Amino acid sequence: MAKSSRAAFFAVIAALAPACAHADDLSLRGTIEPELRLFTQSASSARQKDTDISVSGEATGKYMWGDGDQSLIVTPFARLDQRDSRRTHWDLREARYGLVMGKWEVRLGFDKVFWGVTEAVHLVDVINQTDLIEDPVKQEARLGQPMLRLRTTQDFGTFDAFLLPYFRERDFPGTNGRPAYDIPVDMDLTRYESSRKERRVDGAFRYSHHLGDIDFGVSYFQGTNRDPILTPALSSGGDLVLSPYYAQMKQASIDAQATKGAWLYKFEGYWRRELGREYEAATGGVEYTFYGALGTEGDIGVVAEYALDSRGLMARDPYENDGFLALRWTANDEASTSFLGGAVVDAETGAMGFRFKGERRLSDDYRLSAEAYFFGNVPRRDPIYSIADDNYLQFRIARFF
Amino acid sequence: MGMTGRIYRAALCAAAIFTLSVISFGPSRAEAPGLPTAADPAARGLAIAQESDKRDRGWGDAKADMKMALTNASGETSERALRFMMLENTDGDGNWSLMTFDRPADIEGTALLTYPHVKEADEQWLYLPTVKRVKRISSANKSGPFVGSEFAFEDFSAQQVGKFTYKWLRDEPCGDRTCHVVERTPQYEDSGYTRQIVWIDTTDYLFRKTDFYDRKDSLIKTLTYQDYKLYDNKFWRPGELAMANHETKKSTRLIWQSYAFHTGLTKDDFSTASLERAR
Repeated sequence: MAKSSRAAFFAVIAALAPACAHADDLSLRGTIEPELRLFTQSASSARQKDTDISVSGEATGKYMWGDGDQSLIVTPFARLDQRDSRRTHWDLREARYGLVMGKWEVRLGFDKVFWGVTEAVHLVDVINQTDLIEDPVKQEARLGQPMLRLRTTQDFGTFDAFLLPYFRERDFPGTNGRPAYDIPVDMDLTRYESSRKERRVDGAFRYSHHLGDIDFGVSYFQGTNRDPILTPALSSGGDLVLSPYYAQMKQASIDAQATKGAWLYKFEGYWRRELGREYEAATGGVEYTFYGALGTEGDIGVVAEYALDSRGLMARDPYENDGFLALRWTANDEASTSFLGGAVVDAETGAMGFRFKGERRLSDDYRLSAEAYFFGNVPRRDPIYSIADDNYLQFRIARFF
Repeated sequence: MGMTGRIYRAALCAAAIFTLSVISFGPSRAEAPGLPTAADPAARGLAIAQESDKRDRGWGDAKADMKMALTNASGETSERALRFMMLENTDGDGNWSLMTFDRPADIEGTALLTYPHVKEADEQWLYLPTVKRVKRISSANKSGPFVGSEFAFEDFSAQQVGKFTYKWLRDEPCGDRTCHVVERTPQYEDSGYTRQIVWIDTTDYLFRKTDFYDRKDSLIKTLTYQDYKLYDNKFWRPGELAMANHETKKSTRLIWQSYAFHTGLTKDDFSTASLERAR
């Protein structure tokens, strides 16, 4: 975490310290989660190994007062990794003050925001930076984003306005990291379109509402694109590396879901202007759940989605013309056992990716999860070619306290 | 003596009239006035359900904590803890609710918002705290188990009078009270039950017991309502609900604590935005 964002955080804490003095509700929770990864193929670099042991920890401190209308939440996260010094990292997932006044709500500090409805790709979700080293393939982990957020909930919908005063760089695996690009990303060579670099103040606005079966959101974002353009460069040591470049962009987007019985219909799409070019991307699909499937207490859900990007294979997002199919089984038992199997196929290149995940609670305080990621038939021109030799199994046991 | 004799005779007479009236009208004398007679069981059943509903009007909003104790066939137990917020809805469409999980720890902060309806599908949103995501979910899952318990989703959500048709069966003693025994048949889609038989007492019109019959019309579960307490001198709430599954031999107890009424909650506290708030 950069020095200035840390300073900003402590300034927020210091400003709020007097308020904590009359906190009438304090809670502290945490998780420790050891992890083992096993890679099933030989690595592309001699520095990458076939096994990796790692442990992560997260704690949440929560103060609430004024009948819950005021709150202070701090959630630090940290990981120690055996192989990759970059994966050994920490982040403030949340460190924010919240105030509710009837139909109005203000939040200040590090926070996380999710926009969108689909399962496979999250196109319109642009407020928070991706924590790539936490979740390198599915890319669902997010870094905390410093923000001032103003929200009002009226009968005709919810309005959110965001002021984002500081940009968080995407984190990438180091040279020992795996899965990783064959050419490492050198974060010392990061460049920005804006002369204010990470201090460029970004802004966003969102309107969301639900009418009967339909939930929808319309959003606008203007500022630094969270997704960097990676270009080959030479590091200070003279090695071939990738250099991240963060451009300015304007994005207008919509997301909508129709809920009809056991069917869900989903759509997300955006229009962007970046570096003098315009492009669009969309994703959508259906989800159907068989409740009490096969005469059991369990449910089987089927998700089928498709993603399209007008940039084609030039897209930085790997899903430019891709279909997704996933089966999810939920046992509805005491241990909340679930199993998910998913496949993604690139209609352009024929490249395939598979993901399997099984989860269950071991007792009230433990949860076991196992995941597998496999790639197949990936040609050199496909955006995921670089990590296609990093098939892996991952086991985690979370201990809650 | 004459005086005493007259009083004695009057007392005897009163006692006789009282006894006669008890014999002739039976315990049903305590029932709500104006109930249709046994000659029209459908109207009588509906009127009993409406009376029970009517007597609980006016609580406005409520907060409560709930512990859920799950016991499997071999006697092993596990526990869930939830917080509830409820908002009374007097238009017959059902009360709004927002429940938040405190335990088990891996789903702490997960919250469910429900706007029930009688004619259309219920509206439900789930909040997933780890990804900060509010998801509109299908409410077609009526018969599935609620977080691995013996309670189905519909056991919580489908309680409005309009969701069933009724048939009064009989009146009979239940504990130290008398109960109307009424059969009710779900009229909403996706129910796991063909019918339910409910015991509603004739004194306060409180639910005492429910038998659930599955799609094969065999008795699958029995729910008993225990430890009723009177709040604000008006509103009865059970301290414990015990659901026994006769097929799996598993059981779930819901223990309700710290009920509070008229806490000042409004519709603003039951929005999808309020789902995201740490409460």
